[in-house]
Amino acid sequence: MAFSFPAFSYIIALIVDAFLIFFSIFHVIAFDELKTDYKNPIDQCNSLNPLVLPEYLLHLIINILFLLSGEWFSLIINIPLIIYHIHRYRTRPVMSGPGLYDPTSIMNADVLTVCQREGWIKLAFYLLSFFLYLYGMIVVLIAA
Amino acid sequence: MSNLPPNPYNSIPGPPQMNAYGGPQMNHNQPPLGQPNYSGLKADANSNSPVHAPVTLRQDNAQYGQHQSVNNYNQSSNSSPAFNRPGAVPISSALPPSMLPPMKNNPMPSSASHFPNSIIPPNVPLSTSSPKPVSNVNTSSPYPPSFIPPGRQINDNAPPLIPSSQSLHQPVMNGPSGPPAMPGPPSSMPSQYPPSSRAFSPPGVIPPTSAIFGPPGQVNSMYGPPQPGLKQGNAPLTGPPTPVQRSSPVVTGPPPNVQRPVGVAPPVTSAARPIGVNGGSSFASIPQVSQPNLGLMGPKTNIPPVGPNPSLGPPLNGPPGPTMQPGASPSRPLVPPSNPLVSGPPTGPQSLPPMGPPPGISRGPVQSSQTGLPSGPTMGPPSYASMGPSVPPIGHPPMNPAMPPGPQGLQGPPGLQSGPVGLQSGPTGLQSGPTMGPQSLPPMGNQMPAPGAPMTNQPMSNMQPRYPPMPQSNYNQGQVQPPRPYPQQYNTHGVTQQMGNLSVTKQGFDQLWGHQNVDLLQTRHILPEYPEDLPEIRLGQQFADAPNCSPDVFRCTVNRIPETNNLLQKSRLPLGILIHPFKDLNHLPVIQCASIVRCRACRTYINPFVYFLDSKRWKCNLCFRVNDLPEEFQYDPVTKSYGDPSRRPEIKSATIEFIAPAEYMLRPPQPAVYLFLMDVSQLARESGYLEVFCKTLKNCLDQLPGDARTQVGFICFDAHVHYYLMSDDATRPKEMTVLDIDDVFLPSPESLLVNLQERRELVNELLNVLPRRHAAPAAPASALGAALQAAYKLMAPTGGRITVFQTCLPNVGPGALQPREDPNARSSKEVAHLNPATDFYKRLALDCSGAQVAVDLFLLNSQYADLATLSGMSKFSAGTVYHIPLFNAARAWQADQLKRMLNRYLTRKIGFEAVMRVRCTRGITIHTFHGNFFVRSTDLLSLPNVSPDAGFGMQLAIEESLTDLQQVCFQAALLYTSSKGERRIRVHTLALPIASTLPDVLHSADQQCIIGLLSKMAVDRCASASMSEAKEAIMNVAIDVLSAHRLAQNLPAGAAGSALHAPASLRLLPLYLLALLKRVAFRTGTSTRLDDRVADMCGMKTSPLSQLLRRVYPDLYPVLELSEEDEPPRLQLTAERINSTGAYLLDDGDTLILYICHGASPAYLSDTFGVTSFNQLPDESRSLPVLDSPGNQVLHAFIERLNDDRPYPANMLVLRDNSPSRMLFTERLVDDRVESAFSYYEFLQHIKSQVK
Repeated sequence: MAFSFPAFSYIIALIVDAFLIFFSIFHVIAFDELKTDYKNPIDQCNSLNPLVLPEYLLHLIINILFLLSGEWFSLIINIPLIIYHIHRYRTRPVMSGPGLYDPTSIMNADVLTVCQREGWIKLAFYLLSFFLYLYGMIVVLIAA
Repeated sequence: MSNLPPNPYNSIPGPPQMNAYGGPQMNHNQPPLGQPNYSGLKADANSNSPVHAPVTLRQDNAQYGQHQSVNNYNQSSNSSPAFNRPGAVPISSALPPSMLPPMKNNPMPSSASHFPNSIIPPNVPLSTSSPKPVSNVNTSSPYPPSFIPPGRQINDNAPPLIPSSQSLHQPVMNGPSGPPAMPGPPSSMPSQYPPSSRAFSPPGVIPPTSAIFGPPGQVNSMYGPPQPGLKQGNAPLTGPPTPVQRSSPVVTGPPPNVQRPVGVAPPVTSAARPIGVNGGSSFASIPQVSQPNLGLMGPKTNIPPVGPNPSLGPPLNGPPGPTMQPGASPSRPLVPPSNPLVSGPPTGPQSLPPMGPPPGISRGPVQSSQTGLPSGPTMGPPSYASMGPSVPPIGHPPMNPAMPPGPQGLQGPPGLQSGPVGLQSGPTGLQSGPTMGPQSLPPMGNQMPAPGAPMTNQPMSNMQPRYPPMPQSNYNQGQVQPPRPYPQQYNTHGVTQQMGNLSVTKQGFDQLWGHQNVDLLQTRHILPEYPEDLPEIRLGQQFADAPNCSPDVFRCTVNRIPETNNLLQKSRLPLGILIHPFKDLNHLPVIQCASIVRCRACRTYINPFVYFLDSKRWKCNLCFRVNDLPEEFQYDPVTKSYGDPSRRPEIKSATIEFIAPAEYMLRPPQPAVYLFLMDVSQLARESGYLEVFCKTLKNCLDQLPGDARTQVGFICFDAHVHYYLMSDDATRPKEMTVLDIDDVFLPSPESLLVNLQERRELVNELLNVLPRRHAAPAAPASALGAALQAAYKLMAPTGGRITVFQTCLPNVGPGALQPREDPNARSSKEVAHLNPATDFYKRLALDCSGAQVAVDLFLLNSQYADLATLSGMSKFSAGTVYHIPLFNAARAWQADQLKRMLNRYLTRKIGFEAVMRVRCTRGITIHTFHGNFFVRSTDLLSLPNVSPDAGFGMQLAIEESLTDLQQVCFQAALLYTSSKGERRIRVHTLALPIASTLPDVLHSADQQCIIGLLSKMAVDRCASASMSEAKEAIMNVAIDVLSAHRLAQNLPAGAAGSALHAPASLRLLPLYLLALLKRVAFRTGTSTRLDDRVADMCGMKTSPLSQLLRRVYPDLYPVLELSEEDEPPRLQLTAERINSTGAYLLDDGDTLILYICHGASPAYLSDTFGVTSFNQLPDESRSLPVLDSPGNQVLHAFIERLNDDRPYPANMLVLRDNSPSRMLFTERLVDDRVESAFSYYEFLQHIKSQVK
């Protein structure tokens, strides 16, 4: 009895969240490299763009699990980020492939700053939510 | 070394030079003694290069001497080995030393001024004062001379405002300001003073200024960094004795001139006067003025000369007076002091009554102050008392602490403007004499409130040297005659006093300092009739004579960089630079050496603004690292001697070109490769452009830039792609059509791109055949995408240039587009579809960019072609977009236009596989780039091709405080492969001083450059947000800046009443902004085709500033009474300037519209057009008849002159004022109201209502 669907959701969320943390670390590093001239923006965009949708999907999956398992608190916490992701993807530059980053505009100081800040904020958010999920999992398990 | 070559080179230009410089050049080539050594020497960091060929310096003759420069001028056209010109250049390309072609000729003879060094005239700064000053002096009047020297800086400022001619205003200004100020100020002074100063400076004014000035003082910096300042300071200090001080100030050079003016004054005074003159040429002028208004005029004149006299003059006087008065009262005191200072001396009273008064006034206050002050402090007090008001403030604070008062006192005079400063300093000033302090301060305070306060910094710099002497003299004088002069003046200028003398005085001083204000609402004709001198860049003393980069090449939106980001934000000005890096130059020093001296840390190229610590080391001016100087750098090629590194061309010219050694090559320099992609769809055939193109290209084949390796190729496309094979064995070009456009392939690449020289016959044959081959009707389909992919595949291995001719929307194959424009929405408020519909063309451009291929687009469309999407192919590959809407070769003038465009396009210089890096002094970073290129890293632009017609803009951000710096430098280095297969680096360096106060920033703004940058930013905003937001942003710029100015002036809210004040440096900003809003790109409410709009935006992003400005605000000339010698004045673009009996020429860069009004005299018509009556003129004519009459010839000559400074001659359009198409002319009168858009006056009212 101890292993309920909510507990399962949290366990999956923990695993997925770990991946998301890696994604955002990669993101932060990538933009730092751009800023310090280590990488060509075209290469960097080519490596970043394929990761954007998977990240969004992973994040969406854990929230669907929360929804199904009725973990409203965790869900509510994540909803702003979901909305941001949708908004971000809808307003992306015109491009034929998947992804968000356009090599011709990425070097613009404003864009670069926004992307970098986004990376850090997401990293912090994922880290915090990691502990939240851990806590949630324990609570669910104990409650059960 | 093959030194000889130089001679040939030289010879071309002109024998004279040869002789003179021949020697030196030779030397260069063969660094006799040194070279061997050099070659052997360790190359230093740079010298890695294997190439140890002896160091060869190629210099243009001009570099070292003016004479040379002159010669070069002439030569330029001939000699310029212009890269482009295939034949012309002997070719320095040959790496070997032999090549002399140091000079690159640029086709454009006109721009001789590029080199600061070589040409004095253009760069004022270089030459001390000699040339300009003289001229100015003459024009301006007596004092000018005095002023001039000290203040070239000052002068510069002045000139812009008003033409010298306006004497009237000046006098008025002087008169009133001087006298009135005196009376009022004393009592009120104190109160005002403090407040004003606080308001202004509170944040940082006082402390900062003092700090700044005190030590090195920015002001000082003008003449010299702290060190220099010290020297000066000492001099002045020692100088406390009047004479000494005087001398010191005089030192600057102007003295002689000054003296003259001074000389006028009586003997006794003379000593003092001279000082006065020197110290503040302005002062001197004032006294003189008093006599006459002239004196006043002098100062003002300097400023105003440029501006339209009438308009500026009156407005200035009037508005400032009234408006200012309240606040201005303080200013008066300033004035009086100034007067005293200047006139103060004996001469003033004796010779001229007017003079007397001013001095008197000043004296009055001064005396009181002085009296108050103990004699001991003499120096200090004097400065305060007499000069004090103005100068003291600034100088004192800084001076007192660090230096003896004397020097500061001197500065003080300059201080007038500084008045505010004075306030601050005032306290400091106290030091000199406690008593004095208070007294003196009050006056200062008065002055302070006025604009003067802001001025302080600048004035200081300028004035300091001069003033020091002045104060003393004044002091003495003031004591002697304090009372009398005052009353006298008073009476004389009673009227003026009423006007608001204080304000007037302030104005006079402001003008001296270049801080004049203009009441926009009262200035009806604000556009200067003749182009003004650009605001001068005044560097610190150490670099005062260093050659700065030509403003045609490198310009910043402010000529003094705010020292903190906070200050920048307060000024609300956009900070950025515009650069035209590959501009055709007439004199370009070219250097070939084994090692190029660069900073080891930041890789900055050595430039005129580096610091030499000793003969072995130099300190980078961007990152401040200390580097070793290679021994060979001490060899002076001109004199063949060792020792002084400052004589090297790298140090003597801010623009220089290096021939790069092998380490600057990633691969062997590529050959010139040109591929032409031609649309032969149905619409293209109808337009008939192919015939024009083929003919033009055939004529230009010999002039295509390139060497023996030059390759060309041709591809046509409609629904399919047609290749033209020109193989070895073929006698005729063979056409091969590829039907599969979804997966293009190249049939036989080696015969598609062929060597031009080897297959010349085939190419000619093909160009003959092509138009006929594609004459028959074809399918209305265009597979541009497929053709571009094929072209990319063909070019990728070598790099080069793809030229695309497109006449319709590409509608089949990859990259096919749908028509998006709604013809019914052409005049709607919101403009949609400014962004690309697909990223196909962008991705293709990025691929091209990676392969060093640039794509240029000629859009000759007769219907919507979605330029917003297509332009991507050029934008990101550093290409150019040319647009001729509704092109039809049947219209001769359009065919002619295309021909001229192509002529320039095909034969102009070109640089391949280029990169440009822009480095800034630490603390400043580049925020955004504007132009056509791909940004590869934060400061590196990838430019597969670079053309002489491409301009770039960069927005800057201040990330760290620059407070401890003397100046900020920018260096743009363009590394490219010339068409001769040479790797070259062109380096431009610009240095700008720092500003620490808001008024300094505002008054050093470069309005033209601001417009250039704003237009680029607005285009970006259109793409990223919306058109209405972009327009809003443009309007807000004017509101923000003028609000900031009000803040800087410390005007109480509502005090301005009916006036809208703007710094003189920004007085045209609203005019330009309004014109910008009415540009094709941004106008709404008028039916505008989307492609035209986008084309205009593309132009704004890439045009060099001079062309952009003409597009934004066309030049309008009255041509009824043209003469050979004189340029006609420019008129403001309003119908009120159009006289019904006149004839006008409007020049917007692309088109010259000659507009003839119905009242034009028959004599004029027959003389110019060969018709007897107005009605015989055609409604609309595209050419000007060539007649044998003088009127006609003069007009032709004038048009030719206008055409000289643009890449290709403009179209001609002759209109009658009752032609059906007269709208073409009237819609460009942008000051007038158009439906849904403000008139200029309404725009000002709107701004005024928003300014807080």
